[in-house]
Amino acid sequence: MALTDAPRIVTSRLGYEDSHTLERYLATGGYQALRKALQMTPEAVAAEVDAASLLGRGGAGFPAGRKWSMLRPDPVTYLVINGDESEPATFKDHLLIERDPHQLLEGVLIASYALQVAQAFVYVRGEFALGLERVTQALNEAYDYGAVGADIFGSGFSVDVVVHPGAGAYICGEETALIESLEGKRGFPRIKPPYFPAAIGLYGQPTVVNNVETMSNLPWIIANGGAAFAALGAGRSTGTRLFALSGHVRRPGAYELEMVKTTFRDLIYDPSLGGGIRDGNELKAFIPGGVSAPWFGPDRVDLPLGQDEVGDAGSMLGSGSVVVMDSTTCMVRATWRITKFFARESCGQCTPCREGSGWLERVLYRIEHGGGREEDLDLLLDVCDNIAPGLTWPPAMTTICVLGPSIPSSIHSAIEMFRDEFLTHVKEGGCPHG
Amino acid sequence: MSHLSPELLERARELVALYPEPRSALVPICHLAQEQDGWLRPEAMAEIAELVGVTPAEVRGTASFYDMLHTEPVGTYVVSVCTNIACLLGGAAELLEHAEASLGVGVGGTTEDGAITLEEAECLADCDRPPCVQVNHRYVGPQSPESFDRLVADLRGGRLAGTVPAHGTLARVRRNGGLRVERARVTAERAAAAEARARRQAAAGEGR
Repeated sequence: MALTDAPRIVTSRLGYEDSHTLERYLATGGYQALRKALQMTPEAVAAEVDAASLLGRGGAGFPAGRKWSMLRPDPVTYLVINGDESEPATFKDHLLIERDPHQLLEGVLIASYALQVAQAFVYVRGEFALGLERVTQALNEAYDYGAVGADIFGSGFSVDVVVHPGAGAYICGEETALIESLEGKRGFPRIKPPYFPAAIGLYGQPTVVNNVETMSNLPWIIANGGAAFAALGAGRSTGTRLFALSGHVRRPGAYELEMVKTTFRDLIYDPSLGGGIRDGNELKAFIPGGVSAPWFGPDRVDLPLGQDEVGDAGSMLGSGSVVVMDSTTCMVRATWRITKFFARESCGQCTPCREGSGWLERVLYRIEHGGGREEDLDLLLDVCDNIAPGLTWPPAMTTICVLGPSIPSSIHSAIEMFRDEFLTHVKEGGCPHG
Repeated sequence: MSHLSPELLERARELVALYPEPRSALVPICHLAQEQDGWLRPEAMAEIAELVGVTPAEVRGTASFYDMLHTEPVGTYVVSVCTNIACLLGGAAELLEHAEASLGVGVGGTTEDGAITLEEAECLADCDRPPCVQVNHRYVGPQSPESFDRLVADLRGGRLAGTVPAHGTLARVRRNGGLRVERARVTAERAAAAEARARRQAAAGEGR
């Protein structure tokens, strides 16, 4: 790791061409953590994860240990892994699934033991054809190796793992939609409460849903102890995180960094990381955690990469994806494209999201393409306010899930930060960027 | 007479057996049917309905929700050009414009020879190599307008047949064998969970 002396936790094998094979995995300590976990009690394994204070790496950042402990009153029936990574500009789970599937599976098996489930499902985004092949191959190898199935490693513990392919729908990353999808239905998020599938999950049974990166951290946590993990980072943000950096930087890529101890400036400008803005341009704005997150201007680059640090500044670290936009970027076009995405992916259950996203997209389209009116700016904000009243962060909810209230983030940010640019589009009858 | 080939029918039954409830196999079997036909024929949907215990309308209603499941025919190669934010910043809109002009079809259209269907995709999670293009859900790297034309020529010339199977084949690696843990254990856990929940609800009811 470039900037702090924190170890690589989830990307330690990615330098190897054959990082996805069982051979490489075993040669680099693979499945030792699972063997160790099986010598411990399930409660002790869960306690290590609690001690690590591992925040879920899916986007909401809910403590994984607490997600598990909510289940303690009930025997857990299912573990479901969310590998439906679809948040625009997020590509870290893709990497972990394709390049280190055994690490993911070992994490799943450790969690299965801690939760004492008999069956776990790994839901992999359908568009990850190679990822599906890699994780299926890894699972076949793991069964043959005795790490999955009946009486794993002679421990008396048994669990089956099923790899389940998605079929293309952003909304299935929402955990209750993912469960519906796994039940063979449309990916419609479920009405809350209950807020957590721990109460009523897959087939109505107590279920834990965890993200791919969250699971991929478990082998290291069990091997090195929760305290060692918690010693990295600061505050509530412990350990490392795999950040996906894209947009106008010289070196886009996925970088594992110690949380809080590194900043957006490090990520974007350090020569070993983003390497600065391409073509010697200036930074105009960046999105700190997926397109659902409010944007930041250059004045925020010194914020640490920590969940609360970014949250307190009015946005979120979300899915860990950072999109950099340089001075050549048309902010109307960027906002329009992000909104078009939400309009396409709204599942259609709730009116504010379904109708709002469509109208917002059309108004943004006409501003970008020469049909905009000055009052459109207020209209956009008014529609946004109907989806997320008050335009606060975190947003107020009018819908079943957070997709709808995420739509205003980019629109509100762009109009607040670049109002003049919107007005220029209106006055000049279209995009000055051509 | 089964619409799915005997081999695929056997694989479909194996898929059903992996899940506690048959309907969970609906989407995976839809992928299988597309492996055979390239898209979801009505006959296939009827058979899937039977396999998982729902009506054909429920299969269509579910399948039509998902971008990757096609209830109408598509080309041998579905070319997906991502234009979402990271790719947009990397020239994806210009690439898509070029693709439309070069192929002579709009987004969603299929070339007359049935070889290529062009799609405008949402983020495909390969954002450090924009603009991202997939063919039949396999990454073909960042593409420029020039390389795109070469890619299409290679597809049409069958030169990528080894790496990109015809549309519908998702994963070429198959699961070895079925479940190994006794179903009785899952059933027992479910019963225990239901009992615990009932106990808690009863306790909450008394406290009111």
